[in-house]
Amino acid sequence: MSKTVLTVDDSRTMRQMLRAALVDAGFNVLQADDGVAGLEVLEAETPDVIITDINMPRLDGFGFIEGVRREPRHRAVPILVLTTESDAAKKAKARSAGATGWIVKPFDPEKLVTAIRRVTA
Amino acid sequence: MASDAIADIKATFFQECEEQLAELEAGLLALEGGDADLETINAIFRAVHSIKGGAGAFHLDDLVRFAHAYETSLDNLRAGRISATPAGTRVMLRAADMLADLVRAARDGGAADIARGEAIIEELVALGGGPEDPGLDEGDGMDGLDFMPVQVSFDSDSLDGGEATAGDPSAPRYVIQFKPKPGLYAKANEAGLLLRELARLGEASVRCDVSEVPLLPDLDPEGAYLSWTIVLRGDVDEAAIREVFEFVADDCDLDIRREDEAPPAPAAAQSGDPDILSLLKKLEAEVQNQRGEAVERTPGQPSPVGLQTIDRQPAAEKSTKAEAGKTTAGAAAASGQTTIRVDIDRVDRLVDLIGELVINQAMLAQRVAEAGLGRGSAVATGLDELERLTREIQDSVMAIRAQPVKPVFQRMSRIVREVAEITGKSVHLVTDGESTEVDKTVIERLADPLTHMIRNAIDHGIEEPAKRIAAGKPGEGVVRLSALHRSGRIVIEVADDGAGINRARVREIAARKGLVSADAVLSDDEIDNLIFAPGFSTAETVSNISGRGVGMDVVKRSIQALGGRISISSRPGAGSTFTMSLPLTLAVLDGMVVSVAGQTLVLPLTAIVETLQPSETDLHAFGTSGQVILVRKALTPLIDVGLRLGFRTSPADSLSCVVILVESEGGGRSALLVDAIQDQRQIVVKSLEGNYGHVPGIAAATILGDGRVALILDVDTLVAARQANALEQSQAA
Repeated sequence: MSKTVLTVDDSRTMRQMLRAALVDAGFNVLQADDGVAGLEVLEAETPDVIITDINMPRLDGFGFIEGVRREPRHRAVPILVLTTESDAAKKAKARSAGATGWIVKPFDPEKLVTAIRRVTA
Repeated sequence: MASDAIADIKATFFQECEEQLAELEAGLLALEGGDADLETINAIFRAVHSIKGGAGAFHLDDLVRFAHAYETSLDNLRAGRISATPAGTRVMLRAADMLADLVRAARDGGAADIARGEAIIEELVALGGGPEDPGLDEGDGMDGLDFMPVQVSFDSDSLDGGEATAGDPSAPRYVIQFKPKPGLYAKANEAGLLLRELARLGEASVRCDVSEVPLLPDLDPEGAYLSWTIVLRGDVDEAAIREVFEFVADDCDLDIRREDEAPPAPAAAQSGDPDILSLLKKLEAEVQNQRGEAVERTPGQPSPVGLQTIDRQPAAEKSTKAEAGKTTAGAAAASGQTTIRVDIDRVDRLVDLIGELVINQAMLAQRVAEAGLGRGSAVATGLDELERLTREIQDSVMAIRAQPVKPVFQRMSRIVREVAEITGKSVHLVTDGESTEVDKTVIERLADPLTHMIRNAIDHGIEEPAKRIAAGKPGEGVVRLSALHRSGRIVIEVADDGAGINRARVREIAARKGLVSADAVLSDDEIDNLIFAPGFSTAETVSNISGRGVGMDVVKRSIQALGGRISISSRPGAGSTFTMSLPLTLAVLDGMVVSVAGQTLVLPLTAIVETLQPSETDLHAFGTSGQVILVRKALTPLIDVGLRLGFRTSPADSLSCVVILVESEGGGRSALLVDAIQDQRQIVVKSLEGNYGHVPGIAAATILGDGRVALILDVDTLVAARQANALEQSQAA
């Protein structure tokens, strides 16, 4: 059965790119446009992996990751941070919030799939 | 990804850019107005950040470069390293304009003013807040490879690379020591998956060290006790191996050592050791019993899964996933979407169809009347109901196309900034009624006239700050742009608090240009309206602001082309107000249906001033074949529409006809001669240009209730043609 990916990003462009790349790679795709919406999706869904942006309105990526990890049902779901920021400080912050890994924007579909494979069974 | 999918995403990107730019500008204006909270600044930052992100994906390098510098400055602002001074905010606003130019250049293929961009970048840097924040750097871009400081002990031999592998230099051999810490599992990484990734790189043999696994009472289910030694043979470089451990570099002890000699592979690969395997199974069972359900996806559980067949999953987990799969579709539908995006072509098609429906329904009504069925008959009643429904559908469809005027209004704030800067005046734009909706096509064609009027208001209306202060007004001028709905039309006002129309000067110029005679008796209102006269321009030299050689006459004409009217009111010393009234849609118009030489024509009601029956004393011959008519003491050229359009070859008998007085370009009046007036009604406008090209004198067509096509007259070109004709005749004579 194909795996389900939840993407959380406020940019429509990025959501569309992620969807195209992930669907091409055979994933089921769920999408949310900010952290709050992402947590709402997780109330009903159990994705195999979550990809999230950092800079978002209402609830940013750090807050979203913390929210996911607080929920016992999702504390073991791999979370990849998708962001243009590749510096150590931002990554460290994402990691301490509980991010599993990261993908640096702009990404290519191959890189995306590799990163997902590295964190999902 | 298919190339059309990429084109789609690019289209989305540019659409989104426009939204982000609007948000950026709105945020910056709030900042300028002093009512920006932290969330506003965050939103500003996100807008630029998001544009940069998308631009990077499409390799729009100029855009990325500028957005990056801009973002750095905004990040400084966000972090409080710089504060939002008025001067700083103005730089930010100019940068927003530049960003918009770059976006549009990227979209439309033009070239943006790179030099201006560079200058703005320098201004942004000058705002301070420190040098480029490395945190915003794109870093290594596509490859996503960046190294965290990891404790790695290198074998000095392998660093030197001196003793290359003797037998097969292309297949080096690595010994990797990997010892996860609990944090690795807490972040949902799995040691087993990493081992699987390693195995993809080459031929791997894995040995698990279970020596640190404590006795059960001491075992922390979320602890990390296992470590691995992997021997990897294959044509890989160390960077590739390190990349596998990229995400966990801080959460494990990792030692990668390249071995140049090739000792025999260790015999005791973990997967073959039945004792340890059974121990692990036992452990797993114990742990599960102990923690019950909660263990289902516990991160701390040192996953034995990866050690055995990779694909094996605990049964509980499988069923969870199956459930998730089932609910996916339902939940996606349930997560409420309040808006949908629809291609404008589809809506236009719908509008066309509604037009057909309106026509068809009118035809049906005519047939029913012809069949002699009375108004009280069941068919006629049903038809009335149909008519009501048709009208409601028409309104609803028009509502779909309706858009708030906000984007156009927002564009004006940029115009205000630019013109204020060039003229050295201090001007503040106040907008009102931005959410007022009007048909999309009307909005698109509003931008140019509005731009011109705003430029005029600042260039000619608002005074220099010193002059304003001397006149007891605040140094900063105000231009107010407002929109509201009034009796089925949209009314847009451009008001300034400047000096008002200088009537003496307007009069003098108009007289000098021969627009009025020097001794004409004119009311204030008439003088004000002179600025709409073709060829009138108050600027002594054509300034490059209001310039481009167009005047208010062009504005008036474009408003009229939209079926609108424009008027001005002015108070000396207090400012001027231009008021435009426009129809909410261009798809339907109020028309007067007239007949000319057996043809049915439609005149837009907006152009008509009055209708009258000519009397012999009012008609005068003019030139060889021309005629003028005296209307309210003014001689007005009379145009025989039938003759003009070639419906007949000899002039009609003016006395048996009807004269329709129309207003055209810049308020000039002409009289149109038609045979009879049939009706006045709402008509559906059907464009001819798609199939026939532009027909002079004809704006479009419509279909009447009896199924006949009626042409809609283009009053402006009809009148202009007369003028050209008159000129020809006078030259011939």
